Amino acid sequence: MKIIKTYLDYAATTPVDPRVLKAMLPYFTKKFGNSISLHTFGQEAKKALEKTRLIMAEALNAKNKDEIIFTSSATESNNLAIKGIAFANQNKGKHIIISSIEHSCVLNSSQWLEKQGFKITKIKVDKYGLIDPKEIEKAIRKDTILVSIIHANNEIGTIEPIKEIGKICEKKKVYFHTDAVQSFAKTPIDVQKMKVDLLTASSHKLYGPKGAALLYIKKGTKIEPLIHGGGHEFGLRASTVNVPAIVGFGKAVEICEKEMKKESKRQIKLRNKLINGVLKKIPDSYLNGHPTKRLPNNTNFSFAYVEGESILMDLNSYGIASSTGSACSSEELEPSHVLLACGSRLEQAHGSLRLTIGRWTKEKDINYLLKTLPKTIKKLRELSPYVQ
Amino acid sequence: MYNKKVLQHFKSPHNFGKIKNPDGIGKVGNIICGDVMWMYIKIGKNKKEEEIIKDIKFETYGCVAALASSSIVTDLAKGKTIKQAIKINQKQMVESLGGLPPVKIHCSILAVDALLEAIYDYLIKNKKVIFEGLEKHHKRIEREEKIIEEKYKEWTQVDEKINDSKE
Repeated sequence: MKIIKTYLDYAATTPVDPRVLKAMLPYFTKKFGNSISLHTFGQEAKKALEKTRLIMAEALNAKNKDEIIFTSSATESNNLAIKGIAFANQNKGKHIIISSIEHSCVLNSSQWLEKQGFKITKIKVDKYGLIDPKEIEKAIRKDTILVSIIHANNEIGTIEPIKEIGKICEKKKVYFHTDAVQSFAKTPIDVQKMKVDLLTASSHKLYGPKGAALLYIKKGTKIEPLIHGGGHEFGLRASTVNVPAIVGFGKAVEICEKEMKKESKRQIKLRNKLINGVLKKIPDSYLNGHPTKRLPNNTNFSFAYVEGESILMDLNSYGIASSTGSACSSEELEPSHVLLACGSRLEQAHGSLRLTIGRWTKEKDINYLLKTLPKTIKKLRELSPYVQ
Repeated sequence: MYNKKVLQHFKSPHNFGKIKNPDGIGKVGNIICGDVMWMYIKIGKNKKEEEIIKDIKFETYGCVAALASSSIVTDLAKGKTIKQAIKINQKQMVESLGGLPPVKIHCSILAVDALLEAIYDYLIKNKKVIFEGLEKHHKRIEREEKIIEEKYKEWTQVDEKINDSKE
């Protein structure tokens, strides 16, 4: 069989769009200035930076462009949101609410805060990974200072009822942060309508370069910086600003916003073909996550009797890139906390496979996957002692 | 991450499947941890009338390292006398594979365990003398299985808690 290089791991990272690269290039060589320098070189960079801030504010429907802080990564943005709010508001209280399916940077930031004397409540999810906003309302106490809930889960793609949660947080006067890394510029976001106080987004998930991300911080939010230095980003994030990457991030968002409607329609069609094909062609296969309330580009399956890393590596030998929640594939050797939180048994988590599509995924890629994956599963099941 | 030889054994494993009416079976690992190996052996005799591993097959649920080490262990053991086979150790197996990523070494331990358990099973069933080292080895595996069972209880309790909260 001919090996065809097929990238189905867009939720991990995306290639840079050539239009984005083109927009970035001048900022490496000709317009290389430091954005806080007063001379022409610096001001040129500053102008590009502020223009990008405006693009982001418009994409999020933020009131003011100065509510956007650029950082180096979503992990950094999430750390700043959680620890920054915790440090600045600990006089009011030390209680923080997150969900059991947050990205590890939110989970681990919270766990670290627990060691510093903060109290963390983890909201449970249903079998589709959905959060019940009522559970959040019940969990909010007098000393609650922050609720942080992922907008769309990175593993199973479930989209959470952010607007409803935002309303509750506004009513209860608790800061609300959402990690929108997988959803920003892919599904519509409006921070004012969603009543969000802080929001994280990242460049490399939407065809921009790695090394750029943002944190939206609503005006008036009390937050402490984590990186101290020369007063960049309104004193909230010192460091020479990575202007080329941020310019690329801006261009990437512009393209996504312009193409969102059409592209998301196209991806949903491909995604559904992928889901239906896999479930039909492979016995004892299950879809993880919500059937409809899910990202246009996400699919996640569990296959009985086989282990995820083996599936991933066998697919890789046919040129297909995928991802798994198996313990054996993780550095910590623990299975996916997201799948376990959804009530999956350990063996289901071990046998999970995430396939995520993107801008350059074509129908022929899905066809190739649907031809290859059943063979992979069949072969691995032949080796497995669980199949008689 | 994995070298060429490991990937070759993974893609085209040697001696996989079942043996009908095996003389010994070794079952190790736990689906909870993500790796399970079953090793089947058939015993025969060589010209010197010594007992040898005439045939050996495996069935494995697990990652690339688990599958590749199952495959290489069957290669190493096939045709060996029992005395030789019980000397196969993890170091030798990993070397035969040309090395494994450090984080994956633990997945490969099971392959040697499964082989030794199959030999132990044969010796016990036929009321033969159990080599001293083999008895010790068998006890260690039993101990480890208990630890995993305890951990499994913890995990299932977590599962139950999650399910309870949904009802």
